[in-house]
Amino acid sequence: MESANHDSAAIVVEELRRRFDHQQVLDGVNLACPSDHITTIVGPSGCGKTVLLKHLNLLLRPDSGRIIIDGSDATAANARGIDRIREKFGMLFQAGALFDSMSVFDNVAFPLVEKTHLSRAEIRDRVLEMLEQVGLKGMEHKYPSEMSGGMQKRAALARALVHRPKILMLDEPTTGLDPARSHSVHELIRATQQKFKLSVVMVSHDVPQVFQISDRVAYMHAGKIALFGSVAEVTAADHHDFQQFLAGKAAGEDERPLSQVIATPGR
Amino acid sequence: MTTISGLIARLGAAVIDGVTRLGTFVLFLLSALFYAILPPYKPRLLIRQIRIIGAESFFLVGLIGLFTGMVLGLQGYNTLRRFGSEGALGTVVALVLVRELGPVLSALMVTARAGSAMAAELGAMQATEQIDALTVMAINPVQYLVSPRVLAGVISFPLLTSLFDVIGIWGGWAIGVKLLGAPNGPFFNGIAHNMSGHDILTGLYKALVFGLVVMWVCCYKGYYAARMATGVSRATTEAVVLSSVLILAWDYFMTSILL
Repeated sequence: MESANHDSAAIVVEELRRRFDHQQVLDGVNLACPSDHITTIVGPSGCGKTVLLKHLNLLLRPDSGRIIIDGSDATAANARGIDRIREKFGMLFQAGALFDSMSVFDNVAFPLVEKTHLSRAEIRDRVLEMLEQVGLKGMEHKYPSEMSGGMQKRAALARALVHRPKILMLDEPTTGLDPARSHSVHELIRATQQKFKLSVVMVSHDVPQVFQISDRVAYMHAGKIALFGSVAEVTAADHHDFQQFLAGKAAGEDERPLSQVIATPGR
Repeated sequence: MTTISGLIARLGAAVIDGVTRLGTFVLFLLSALFYAILPPYKPRLLIRQIRIIGAESFFLVGLIGLFTGMVLGLQGYNTLRRFGSEGALGTVVALVLVRELGPVLSALMVTARAGSAMAAELGAMQATEQIDALTVMAINPVQYLVSPRVLAGVISFPLLTSLFDVIGIWGGWAIGVKLLGAPNGPFFNGIAHNMSGHDILTGLYKALVFGLVVMWVCCYKGYYAARMATGVSRATTEAVVLSSVLILAWDYFMTSILL
């Protein structure tokens, strides 16, 4: 069962451990994200889900354990190998991380201009097609500062997908959006995943709304994946921490501590 | 007993922290220089940075050069007149500008104008995950962001210093000769006879090193800015203060070596 699972997995994580100073943030994470599905990682604040994502997109290196992305062992790869693995996935950062010195067109064209030898005309076609897909047709000359948070996320999604990766990673894609915009971003993620046959890994705090578009849910607790399965399996599971987490979210409790909410104005 | 061991532990931690930071600081420059010679080359990025650091500082550096030269003309004339040596005015103005004030004041002005902006820009890019975004796109952020800035500094600073020197000498001439009546011939003759190629090269070497140091410090402070609201402002302040201190300290050491 395990190996069959691994064969069709876009990302496999084995016994991943990472320590910061005195805190064991990742304490033996095991996870297999299936291909062509949306896997959502949820969990309380400080459980290590953002750190896990930073290991999956290879910004951080683990102390031990393995990460296999689309069949390539990222933990054993050298710098060039890591660059090659990075070309297999696209990443949507929490605040979009668009380059604010560039127009939307240049932002989306950036990966193609820097990493491919496509002609100007080909790049233009690909960028405009991608902007149309994310609902930003006609906005290509705007700058990130001239757009709303939801539009910035759409543009960032277009940039993450323009080089046609197989895997898409998302870090809290609905942070800072109102419920209606959150819903439309979720819809967009689902539609895009189906159109491009993507394997999606998403960290989200938008529970339970995000379950509507998730195929698999991984509940992270204290540096481990405590619960993994389909939405139906996970929500039906008799798991005390998870049920408490769900109940807390349903009661509208903000998962971030108050000090952190105050410390990030403008989000 | 515990207080003593605690004290030693804290001292040790502080030393390790300091050495680690210094190591990061030096490695940052080395990797910026390493990636500057490594392909792919991006002349577009280099030219853009030369425009921001060099071309856009042209007016400011010229203005400061003009006033510095004018005040040198004024002070120099009034001092030299006491000894009846108004003829040496050109030599004094030119040597002071070319050897000292040109490189130092241009570097300080470019630090205030472009260096602070650079630290703030890179700090904001760090805070909003734009630097992480580059890394994830398999683009080396040091090669993309830092190397062109350091190279542009090394190219721009000597050019700006030359501009400062020429305008400064003109300002000194305008005040000393045209306004106050120092003799015109000795002003330029003195410069031609007393200023050697070594003097000019000393000034340009200084400018080159200042260009490297200022861009290194300002990029480093921005690149490693803390990801919070005060991170960018602190990075900018530290970049300007450290750059200014290093400019003046290096100026002394370089003068004592090159003199």
